Amino acid sequence: MRLRACLPWIQAAPLALILGGFLLLPILVLIVVSFFDYDSVQILPGFVLTNYVDVLGSVTTWRIYGNTLRYTAIVWVLTTLLGFGVAYVLAFEIRDRAMQMVLFLVCTVPFLTSNIIRQISWIPFLGREGLLNQALLRLGVIDAPLEFLLFSDFAVILAYVHLYTLFMVTPVFNTMMRIDRRLIEAAVDNGANAWQVLTQVIIPLCKPGIAIGSIFVVTLTMGDFMTVRLMSGGQSASVGLMIANQISLLQYPAACAGAVVLLAAVLGMIAAILRIVDIRREL
Amino acid sequence: MTSKRVTRRTLLAGAGVALGSGAVTGFPTIWAQNIKNVTLRQFGTGVSNLNAVADQVKKDLGFTLSMTALDSDAVTQKAVTQPKSYDVADIEYWICKKVFPTGTMQPMDVKRIKNFDKIVPIFTSGRLTPSSSIAQGTAPHTVGFVEKQDSKTFSTKQTGWMTLIPTIYNADTLGIRPDLVGRKITHWKDLVDPAFKGKASILNIPSIGIMDAAMVMESLGTLKYADKGNMTKAEIDKTIAFLIEAKKAGQFRAFWKSFDESVNLMASGEVIIQSMWSPAVAAVRSKGIPCVYQPLAEGYRAWGGGLGLARHLTGLQLDAAYEYINWYLSGWVGAYLNRQGYYSAVLETAKQHMSADEWGFWIEGKPAKADILSPDGKVMEKAGAVRDGGSFEQRMGAVACWNSVMTEDRYMVQKWNEFIAA
Repeated sequence: MRLRACLPWIQAAPLALILGGFLLLPILVLIVVSFFDYDSVQILPGFVLTNYVDVLGSVTTWRIYGNTLRYTAIVWVLTTLLGFGVAYVLAFEIRDRAMQMVLFLVCTVPFLTSNIIRQISWIPFLGREGLLNQALLRLGVIDAPLEFLLFSDFAVILAYVHLYTLFMVTPVFNTMMRIDRRLIEAAVDNGANAWQVLTQVIIPLCKPGIAIGSIFVVTLTMGDFMTVRLMSGGQSASVGLMIANQISLLQYPAACAGAVVLLAAVLGMIAAILRIVDIRREL
Repeated sequence: MTSKRVTRRTLLAGAGVALGSGAVTGFPTIWAQNIKNVTLRQFGTGVSNLNAVADQVKKDLGFTLSMTALDSDAVTQKAVTQPKSYDVADIEYWICKKVFPTGTMQPMDVKRIKNFDKIVPIFTSGRLTPSSSIAQGTAPHTVGFVEKQDSKTFSTKQTGWMTLIPTIYNADTLGIRPDLVGRKITHWKDLVDPAFKGKASILNIPSIGIMDAAMVMESLGTLKYADKGNMTKAEIDKTIAFLIEAKKAGQFRAFWKSFDESVNLMASGEVIIQSMWSPAVAAVRSKGIPCVYQPLAEGYRAWGGGLGLARHLTGLQLDAAYEYINWYLSGWVGAYLNRQGYYSAVLETAKQHMSADEWGFWIEGKPAKADILSPDGKVMEKAGAVRDGGSFEQRMGAVACWNSVMTEDRYMVQKWNEFIAA
């Protein structure tokens, strides 16, 4: 009987231990260190608010957050549109089950290569002397190379969309496959046109998938620093890049404070998404 | 884990023997058999962590040197936060300024360094020749010595305890594409010439990038720094404001952080003038693309690295480390580094391992009589070529400042972030 009572605890223990040791504890350390002081050489344990004053009080931080949020918003809109479109084609236009899976796997093929390789490969394509510019020049479409293609916001967003669309496709495709086809038939029987079926049946039923995809895209974009650095040629800043800069100068407490603020911001955004869509109920 | 522990114990037992023999001969050059079991773990930046060196150590000294190459940020972090994970640190002098005061390293007894007297005086007195002036920034000699064996603070003058044994150093300047710039480049201010709008780059490592910017500012005559390597807040403000202005005007194509980024920017023609490192220039040239490491009127920004010992080294391992350092200065490595376009700490011994033509080209700035080969046998320069910037004295004698870490480091990084975000 005693064992019976303990059983759920034992069953939950492995996950609890892993999450405690590898998620909660590090975050706790992060929070503690964010209140420490530092000089150019070492961390000085203590309790100071200067790191937060520096982070929250500086115009630069707000500007960088503004920039990161702008990237996130644009990337979210684009990946949602694209992801929904791709998933829709896979789920509703392709009738053959086997073909559906084959095409879905084709979507994942680029993800077998490294994330960084996929970004870097854009550089020779978009550069001033790159393939695209040369092709356009030879075709006579342009007279001078287009400079905005690389090392610009355009390049950053292009790379983000390229990297993260699949994170939207997968959950949306998953929810679409679960939609009971009879619901669509019923809607059509009741006189709904294609647009009404889409907006009043399919999209509402896909909300959990879109929400999960959004969480992926938002957290990945908010926390990124590599893509911004590579694709903007170091010309743009992101919150992650700001933290990386501080770490490189051993300013751990400042970096921790930055990370805590970022964590709070991202958690806030996820909370907002979850408030709009109750993922648990609808899964 | 168990086997490791056993080895360590046997090592410690052997250490007593080795120390005993060392006391008799002065330098423990011939050791007991157990030297073969020693492994020294060295880490540092890619420039000098060369497998060829590890192979030669095995051949000449018999013990194993395992190398880890990291970027300079990671090097600093590892040196401070994981002091037990390495035995020999191959770090730059400005990194040493941050790391040594944390107490994770121990200074070296110069009496045990055979070629100490022959080390280029830049690293001991700070002056290349008795008459030359001391450059700004974290000049190596200012962080090269401590008072006593257990001190953590640097000594202002030369003592018997050295923090790093210099290994490799060079003078950095701007790299240019002579085929695309279309005119003579003579000053640092040419980096912000509107003619090169959208085709210039500066490196995005705050502590080094800001120094390049300072060289440009001084060259323009807009600001005269007391010490470019240790700016005041007002100087930082002005320098960053200047950079932001140039950035907003579209002067820069990109900012680079890693070696290969700088090579690609230059080779692809995205950028035609930028801060660069010497081997990156060589890498661009090796693709058959013209690239010049342009000497400039205001002089060079120099950097230097050295080997330091971890605090935890004792006994046989410490002896092995000294043996390794003495070997490092004895010529073979020096010649290897000189042939890559860097400079070695003891030129005299390196000369014995180089041909007269190689010595003439790399160190004396003479035209090459035959093709100049890299250490792995690739042609680096054709016969007749002269090194950019000339001889060792011309290049290292024209150093304006050293890579450094500032007192206002924290403020500087905030401002640098502002520049990147602008």
